[in-house]
Amino acid sequence: MDRARALGRLKFSDSSFRLFALGAALLVLVLLLGVMVSLFVGAWPAFQEFGIGFLFSDAWSPPREKFGAATAIYGTLVTSLIAMLIAVPVGLGIAVFLTELCWLPLRRPIGVAIELLAGIPSIIYGIWGVYYFRPVMQAYIQPFLINTLGNVPLIGFLFQGPPLGYGVLTAGLVLALMILPFITAVSRDVFDTVPAVLKEAAYGVGATTFEVVGNIVIPYTRVGVIGGVMLALGRALGETMAVTFVVGNATKIQSSILAQGTTISAMIANQFADADPGLFTSSLLALGFILFVITFLVLAAARFMLARLELKT
Amino acid sequence: MTAAAALYPRRRARNFIWTVLAYAATALGLTMLAIILGTLLWNGFGGLSLDVFTKNTAPPGVVGGLLNSIVGSIIMTAVGLALGAPLGIMAGTYLAEYGANSRLAMVVRFINDILLSAPSIIVGLFIYELLVVTVGHFSALAGGVALAVLGAPIMVRTTEDMLNLVPNSLREAASALGMPRSFVIRNVAYRAVASGIITGVLLAIARMTGETAPLIFTALGNSLFTVDPRGPMSALPLIIYEFARSPYAEQQKLAWTGALILTFAVLGLSVMARALSATIKQK
Amino acid sequence: MSNDITAQAPLRRAAATKEKVVVRGLNFYYGKTHALKDVDLSLYEGQVTAFIGPSGCGKSTLLRVLNRMYDLYPGQRAEGEVMLDGENILSPSLDLNLLRSRVGMVFQKPTPFPMTIYENIAFGVRLYEKLPRAELDARVESSLRRAALWTEVKDKLNASGLSLSGGQQQRLCIARTVAISPEVILFDEPASALDPISTAKIEELIDELSGDYTIAIVTHNMQQAARVSHYTAFMYLGEMVEFAETNAVFTAPRDKRTQDYVTGRFG
Repeated sequence: MDRARALGRLKFSDSSFRLFALGAALLVLVLLLGVMVSLFVGAWPAFQEFGIGFLFSDAWSPPREKFGAATAIYGTLVTSLIAMLIAVPVGLGIAVFLTELCWLPLRRPIGVAIELLAGIPSIIYGIWGVYYFRPVMQAYIQPFLINTLGNVPLIGFLFQGPPLGYGVLTAGLVLALMILPFITAVSRDVFDTVPAVLKEAAYGVGATTFEVVGNIVIPYTRVGVIGGVMLALGRALGETMAVTFVVGNATKIQSSILAQGTTISAMIANQFADADPGLFTSSLLALGFILFVITFLVLAAARFMLARLELKT
Repeated sequence: MTAAAALYPRRRARNFIWTVLAYAATALGLTMLAIILGTLLWNGFGGLSLDVFTKNTAPPGVVGGLLNSIVGSIIMTAVGLALGAPLGIMAGTYLAEYGANSRLAMVVRFINDILLSAPSIIVGLFIYELLVVTVGHFSALAGGVALAVLGAPIMVRTTEDMLNLVPNSLREAASALGMPRSFVIRNVAYRAVASGIITGVLLAIARMTGETAPLIFTALGNSLFTVDPRGPMSALPLIIYEFARSPYAEQQKLAWTGALILTFAVLGLSVMARALSATIKQK
Repeated sequence: MSNDITAQAPLRRAAATKEKVVVRGLNFYYGKTHALKDVDLSLYEGQVTAFIGPSGCGKSTLLRVLNRMYDLYPGQRAEGEVMLDGENILSPSLDLNLLRSRVGMVFQKPTPFPMTIYENIAFGVRLYEKLPRAELDARVESSLRRAALWTEVKDKLNASGLSLSGGQQQRLCIARTVAISPEVILFDEPASALDPISTAKIEELIDELSGDYTIAIVTHNMQQAARVSHYTAFMYLGEMVEFAETNAVFTAPRDKRTQDYVTGRFG
């Protein structure tokens, strides 16, 4: 039959298309495996040489070929923590403002502006940080902190040292600014999904704006907000350009957050060009592997939490 | 006074405090972001001139521009798109049309989400091991591949989400005419959500254009003008990184100008993507 | 025994033609749910057969077995025999696309493709035949004429299929189906989403098409079934309760359940 022949001709392209699609999906899998494997293979010499102590040693001496990841891990965690401590409340605050308080005609423009800001390349934050923010930190903010919080018992040790402008705190603050639009945009999108009827019901019994936010909006959107926050954390942990200009690139851990430090990505970015192959490069790749594991765990935990919370609701 | 009325002043006070905090957060956040944009415009605009677009990067003391970096960015993004778009769109098609809820599809979705938020410097290191160490030298091609790995997950997500919006009744109507599966997808499903898929592509381009870290280990940078993808090439983010750390004022100025151009490009793409998805929502 | 339905419209006389589609011992499962139980039925060539019954009785399920539409969804399966011109279409080795080119379907919701009106029709044709432009134009025109849509769209063939009204879109879908010259056309509640005037047009269309095509139509509207069909199959809870000439089913039903349904006592 003519038709059978016509359809027969299509069979080949039909199955090839399916194969292509399947191949692409498998390639995505292979890519992640590839990243893990190649990092690990490159890092192996360092792991072999230093063992588990690599994670806890803050040595970093290329001439003596002694390396340790502790400074970088510490810096990554602390800068991200500072960034989250600031960006999450501020971001949620702006999201609440946009969904509940803002004058109606302004809501869309501001919302659009925030979303566009979330797409700005991180290097922009980096150069702004080093040219404008660092001097301000050096001249005003750091001295202020040293003179006030630096004298408070128990936490004073965090705010010591010569005010150079660079440092872990500076990097954390720039990082906070970078992830702020992202958290705001995600939170606002999530807050918008609350059905108007739910809020109206609460307003209808006389609840104040923030009672509605606290009792209706936040519980309803808890899942999405946590997911968004963890995604932002993942981003903060892995960020390079926003921090590398201002973190100071030191190789020892210091107790004061006003002192210079480094993060895993900043260290890799700064030292890779001068690293000779061998233990030096391998140690940098080991740092990369550690960063990969940390972000993988954070992202997987976010996914897992979201899945469990969604099952409950 | 009833018990409820007695509580009211305290509730009002609490609400007032929270409201003030929300306003403060907004003022703080928006002001800081406005300051950043403001300094970007202020410093970058001053350096804008025809030279920027016609001359290559030059050593200090010589009048230069950003031509090789701009061209390099365009070339590497194009390579990233050429490799990443088929990968992303086809993988997204698999997830929506063939895989659905199979084990493989669920794993791929999970992996894709990881790749979506993975640190870009890690991807750079991976491609370094794969395409730079093995070949022996840096190349724009390696840079393009790194960008593809970063852009593809965005397109996977968008394509899958868009295809899932196509109603099954449309697919059934096409199958009822005897159309093979791939025909249904290519001629009916894709056409139905073409603008959505393109939105994903635009967003991926925006991401690829703005990345710096992965290019450090792959394309490296180049002070000369070149279009040969087999060798090292400059790119806007790379030159911004280099000039921003330079002690020379004219190079610092170019760094700001480059940052302005980069920001405009990325914002322009994002605006286009938004406009496109707005037209979809109207339908 | 007479009732309102027969008083309203003259019923059709079924012509004695050969069996085009024969269903024997059909059982259908949605996962574990047994949706069709031992169904027997025949569709006669050139005749219109209506499937009626209350919601959930399985009439749409039965219709969708006839072009193996359920094959798109894992977990749905059919057992038994469905013979099209003597060939069992439930056989796993059957070319589904070929089957669907012989057994067309019009759905409840009009689904024009996101293309021009011309393309909506030409697209299916191109799948099977390589026609020069003039012949393709002629085929598009004749299909639109058969669907009683030509006069309304002949000046805007390049407009999007989605720009038509609901009734027009449904006729476009009919034209699209007719264009590839099927032998059997299945209608799944084709007018239930349309206004009364469009509904009347669709019924007229089905009447005109019936000489050249074997037609099966699922409808929840008994009057429609009575107006349009030569044979009627009454289904209840997945069983084929009664299958006979429409005349007989409406004026002298043999099963009490049929009697109750057609007199409006339930459903």
